[in-house]
Amino acid sequence: MSGASLAAALLAVEIPYWGQSLLRVLGGTVAVLLPAGTIVYVFLFKMMSFMQSRLGPMEAGPYGSLQLVAEVGKWLQKEDITPERADARIFRLAPIVVLVSTFLLVAVVPFGPDAWFTDFEAGIFYALAVSSLSVLGILMAGWASANKYSLLGGLRAAGQLIAYELPMVLAVIGVIIQAETMNLQQIVVAQNAGSIFGFGGLGNPYIITQFVGFVVFMIAIQAELTQAPFDMPIAESELVSGYMTEYSGFRFLIFFIGEFATAGVFSLIASVLFLGGWGVPFAWFGWTDVDSVADWMNLVGPLIMVTKMMLVAFVIMWVRFSYPRFREDQLQKFAWKVLIPVSLGNIALTSIFKVVM
Amino acid sequence: MARVPGLVKGLGVTLGTLFETVTKGANTVQYPHEKEAPPTRARGVIALHEGNCTSCMLCARSCPDWCIYIEGHKELAPPRREGGKPRQVNKLDRFDIDYALCMYCGICVEVCPFDALFWSPEYEYSEPRIADLLHDKAKLSEWMETVPEAPELEAGADKKKK
Repeated sequence: MSGASLAAALLAVEIPYWGQSLLRVLGGTVAVLLPAGTIVYVFLFKMMSFMQSRLGPMEAGPYGSLQLVAEVGKWLQKEDITPERADARIFRLAPIVVLVSTFLLVAVVPFGPDAWFTDFEAGIFYALAVSSLSVLGILMAGWASANKYSLLGGLRAAGQLIAYELPMVLAVIGVIIQAETMNLQQIVVAQNAGSIFGFGGLGNPYIITQFVGFVVFMIAIQAELTQAPFDMPIAESELVSGYMTEYSGFRFLIFFIGEFATAGVFSLIASVLFLGGWGVPFAWFGWTDVDSVADWMNLVGPLIMVTKMMLVAFVIMWVRFSYPRFREDQLQKFAWKVLIPVSLGNIALTSIFKVVM
Repeated sequence: MARVPGLVKGLGVTLGTLFETVTKGANTVQYPHEKEAPPTRARGVIALHEGNCTSCMLCARSCPDWCIYIEGHKELAPPRREGGKPRQVNKLDRFDIDYALCMYCGICVEVCPFDALFWSPEYEYSEPRIADLLHDKAKLSEWMETVPEAPELEAGADKKKK
């Protein structure tokens, strides 16, 4: 059976509503955890080691590929400690809030013409709104720990995440103006069916026409993910891991998964917004809109998405391993005095072009 | 904007190291499987040449950590020449170095006037029990086998003999 007819057969199967929901939950879990694991192994364990001229974990499994399993096993064995003076309920809830925001985030990401979890009209609006939930979790963790390091880390995180939320949103507005929609699926279609000044051979990936927006968005998500050089909230040398200081065992593991799962999901969103998402330029196959896209794209699309996600994640991690940390005031100055004016200018330019062209 | 060239250069350094590691291999070694030979004058462990020791206690007194334990007694040895009176010699009963305390400063080796202490580059002697790090006279003498030949000094100078 060829790939095309297999996909057609799969799509023809009628699944009851509860079955669809179950599949969506399973798919969402895979879409969050698989990129997280891949990013941790490929980039955090291996690429960082290579960039420092060492080999990284080599003992667990071939080339240390089972290291992550060993680490998770180690964390699960550890004692789950709640400090005596901590606000126990909130302390225990905080890591889960952080992780849940990641799971909610992946719900709007399209992986193929029909392979989506929800086809939500205000998709990108929802995604940006839900991503701010993690600030809440981090603040809860920082406050409930009853620890001055945690509190400082939590406050720094809150200040930073709020400051960088703005340029991120403003950078996305350029894309929304150009695509004329907030639906992520339609943003993908608009990029792949579009053309740059009449040349449609590449479609219109917004990384070209919205390059400024792309750069601002990448810097902003670097800060949102609290990856170096924006890792002030978890600065291990001065704040002993900030809001994570008091966490141990599987709650620390949840924070850890949350960090890299969010990196994966933000990479997915960045590739949807700027790199053309699951699609290839429609002109190559003579497609015109989402309904004429061949069914086999539902199988190839996720692979294309994962490839693009790995590219974006590579850039995030590359920057993370290369630069030293910002000072707190430099960090705030950079967001408010550079990124926000630049992205506002980008919006103005994009709107002028949109009206004139 | 003036900082951009430097930022790009920084990214170039990490990417360059990445390719170097992938193509030429890492600068590190995978320790238990492959080992680097330490330099001949490495401070691995201190070996004792028992015959040279006069239990003069200089090493024990100069040790900043007080990790050398020496006990000895005086004995009468036969006279060197016919008709002389018996000589008094110091006999070494106990010579222990506690490597749990030792900080490898090497003052004892420097201060020994009779060349009884030597540096050996051997370093694999960790123990599950901390008390086992106390090396006694017999064990310290065993390390003598691992002491390398002293390096050539300037012309005419005496080499430290084992």
